[in-house]
Amino acid sequence: MITKTPIIIFQNVDKYYGNFQALSDISIEVKPSERMVICGPSGSGKSTLIRCINGLESHNYGKLIVDGVEIFEGSKDIIRLRQEIGMVFQQFNLFPHLTVLENLTIGPIKVRKVSKRQAEIMARKYLGRVHIPEQAEKYPSELSGGQQQRVAIARSLCMESKILLFDEPTSALDPEMINEVLDVMVELADTGITMVCVTHEMGFAKKVADTMVFMDEGKIIEVAPPDKFFSKPESARCREFLEQILEH
Amino acid sequence: MELGGLRSFKGLPVRQPPAINRFLSSAPVSLVIYCLIVGGILYSSFKGAQAMGYNWQWYQIPKYIYSYTDNGFQFGELMLGLWTTITLSSTAFILALAIGFLVAFLRLSGLFIGARVAICFLEFVRNVPLLVLVYLFYYVLGPVFKYDRYTASILCLAVYHSALISEILRAAIKAVAQGQWEAAKSIGMSKVQTYRYIILPQSIRFMLPPMTGEVVHMVKSSAIVSVIAVAELTTLGQNIISDTYMAFEIWFTIALIYMFVIVILSIGASQVEKRYTVIN
Repeated sequence: MITKTPIIIFQNVDKYYGNFQALSDISIEVKPSERMVICGPSGSGKSTLIRCINGLESHNYGKLIVDGVEIFEGSKDIIRLRQEIGMVFQQFNLFPHLTVLENLTIGPIKVRKVSKRQAEIMARKYLGRVHIPEQAEKYPSELSGGQQQRVAIARSLCMESKILLFDEPTSALDPEMINEVLDVMVELADTGITMVCVTHEMGFAKKVADTMVFMDEGKIIEVAPPDKFFSKPESARCREFLEQILEH
Repeated sequence: MELGGLRSFKGLPVRQPPAINRFLSSAPVSLVIYCLIVGGILYSSFKGAQAMGYNWQWYQIPKYIYSYTDNGFQFGELMLGLWTTITLSSTAFILALAIGFLVAFLRLSGLFIGARVAICFLEFVRNVPLLVLVYLFYYVLGPVFKYDRYTASILCLAVYHSALISEILRAAIKAVAQGQWEAAKSIGMSKVQTYRYIILPQSIRFMLPPMTGEVVHMVKSSAIVSVIAVAELTTLGQNIISDTYMAFEIWFTIALIYMFVIVILSIGASQVEKRYTVIN
């Protein structure tokens, strides 16, 4: 295993929505270049967990350190830190009023202050990486779901971040488009970028994950390398969950 | 569908609407009803005016619109009034837009004090009649801050409409999907950048239709400042009437002028809307 200082550290993190506890006593670490896949039933807090990492949600108790910076609500460092953390959403969240190319370059140009020319060269490089270089001039609404999600992936790559977060990237896709997105994600996994994925795609998880995490009711139930996780999970709940989703 | 194909339909023909509905909604009948109503109104007002011995003087009207003398072409009083109406409403609208943005952002800011201040302002402006606001701005605030009636009317209209505009802006900003905020944040944009590059460009299409309505509303409500004798279209009309007693002709003319201006504005507005609905 990789032995470096962790890039993401959760220490006893709790998160409440009013009286509802969404995360309870989360302690986990992600090392640089590690590929972590988080799974669990819906409402188990996996999206909340991943959204805490770039400060889209703020935790109430405990400590969360990302890339050496402690994250808390109103922290001035978060905006700078987010440049180091790319995120891909379930609903793509592309900017509908901008072309594909503009979607990719607006971050580098406005946030990283890269020149327009350079940003476009980079954008075209990453569009090639996600296999849709020919769609640069189109608007997101003209693309299929799978293509939109690949644009979203390219958009987060354009920020040249250290960490990529995926929040159920294939859940809103038609079945025939899931593989084109997963293929791109597998290729990314080989580049050595740190990845945290919330997904139900167990085939993908088996292929790329260094660490599997199972969550239920806001708690981390099981953390294991994939071979052990899929062959002999320790907890009964995890076994049950895996049986249900691997049945088909 | 080719005619020969009709025979291949298996279903029975759908029952016709009742005969009375078909009769009433047929084009000639509608036209006759329309002409009867409009004609009736025109005829009865003409009759009524005659009965009270009203002396129609339509020939007097053109000189209030324009005159052509030895001195060359000149706009008449009503046109000067219209010009004041237009400059007054457009200045007030620009100011209203600025205040409206300020109030909307205060309310959206999440600052406890900011939101409360904005809500107090909105509640005050929305729950006071426009006429009372006019008096307040002219007779109370005017002497206090030493400004003239023209300034008073601009400030009053701007404040009144800024309340409506701020709600339009707020609704339009809220109408942009939450995911857009998250996506913008996730690429490291600040709040100001997110508004500028992501949220506002998308909310324009939500705000344009009600905003153009607001422009029309502004031109119409500008007539109320005639109560503090600002020399705009309605005031000048009143002045002419008190000199000449041509109430019917002048009010008809003024109504037509307002209508003309507002129809032009509405056509312009629908053009702008068309341009912005292209975005999906």
